[in-house]
Amino acid sequence: MEDQRQWPLFEVFIRARGGLDHKHVGSLHAADPSMALDHARDLYTRRQEGVSIWVVPSKAIIASDPAETDSLFEPARDKIYRHPTFYVIPDEVKTL
Amino acid sequence: MYTQGLDGQPAEAAVVDESALEQRFLARVDAEEKIEPKDWMPARYRNTLIRQISQHAHSEIVGMLPEGNWITRAPTLKRKAILIAKVQDEGGHGAYLYSAAETLGVSRDQLIEQLLSGKAKYSSIFNYPTPTWADVGAIGWLVDGAAIMNQIPLCRCSYGPYARAMVRVCREESFHQRQGYDLMLQLARGTPDQKRMAQEALNRWWWPALMMFGPSDANSTHTGDSQRWKIKRFSNDELRQKFVDFTVPQAKFLDLTVPDPQLHWDESKQQYSFGPIDWSEFDQVLKGNGPCNTERLAARRNAHAAGAWVREAASAYAAKRRPSAAGVAA
Ligand SMILES: [Fe+2]
Ligand SMILES: [Fe+2]
Repeated sequence: MEDQRQWPLFEVFIRARGGLDHKHVGSLHAADPSMALDHARDLYTRRQEGVSIWVVPSKAIIASDPAETDSLFEPARDKIYRHPTFYVIPDEVKTL
Repeated sequence: MYTQGLDGQPAEAAVVDESALEQRFLARVDAEEKIEPKDWMPARYRNTLIRQISQHAHSEIVGMLPEGNWITRAPTLKRKAILIAKVQDEGGHGAYLYSAAETLGVSRDQLIEQLLSGKAKYSSIFNYPTPTWADVGAIGWLVDGAAIMNQIPLCRCSYGPYARAMVRVCREESFHQRQGYDLMLQLARGTPDQKRMAQEALNRWWWPALMMFGPSDANSTHTGDSQRWKIKRFSNDELRQKFVDFTVPQAKFLDLTVPDPQLHWDESKQQYSFGPIDWSEFDQVLKGNGPCNTERLAARRNAHAAGAWVREAASAYAAKRRPSAAGVAA
């Protein structure tokens, strides 16, 4: 039988209050998804830090490569016309 | 993302221009940028972090034992609930820190194995016994107090996962210290016997707490690189001094005596001057000859062995329920 001794890793996301996004808070090991939820509750919500929990197998996350940071994000740097502050509107013009 | 290293870390040797990478790494550290798991980092930085974070994690786990000793005998239901919550937090701290260490490419099983085999170190403070209920108060006040002093600067450490774990830990530590002081306050204001118990606990924990900051700067081996890499922000002696300056007035308020005849306020330096630390004791405990080294490790091994059937059952259950299980296990 294959060695399943090391339980898989899960990433934990918590919604702090109704209306907010789930936010990554950390990771944990668990044998299966329901145990991951139980552990996440015990580990990350002992002081009412959340109203909802997501657990995601860490393997399922596809991350960008830090070596490609420049090629991914640099092109947005000089496109300042995408921001409202780029446009100077005369003071006389209201509610714009 | 947080699991980097376990499944295909680029071989260090394959890197073309390591010195250029190192320059860039140092520049980022200087600029107070966080280093993240998938970023390039020098092997020595990685190894230093693995050692430090895993020792820290082990300390949290072993640190549950001295206080856990009193859970069943806490004097009131309120104190028992508080102590259970505190000890549970320490288990959580261990879990956050193991996760942070794992991002550097070491597995949880390896880390546990290093602790149980006696290869890994943990904080020497947890090799001292807790003979009375007052020790629980002294630990919260002094040991968690010293830990906070060490941990707050780590929230700004250059390695992202460690810094984030420490933010979470520090948020919880303040409760630990305050419940300990509250316990001491109640004893110190209690019967003469209770007050004597509090004094004796302070006598037992004062010097070991000062030793928690590690060797004096003159004899500290790891400090140079760690400060360069912004893992460590203050020296051992700086933190120890700060701890003494914070704690002595708290002892005065309890009307307890710090067990150091040389302790006095130094007007010129505007800080407390304290007597020499017995480093031979520190060395002995570090070498495994402290009062409880054997007991602590035995307790961890026992817990690990006794829990094996639970872990195996959970694994077996998970394997049975896994939808895409590749047919019959070979
Ligand atoms: Fe802790
Ligand atoms: Fe603590």
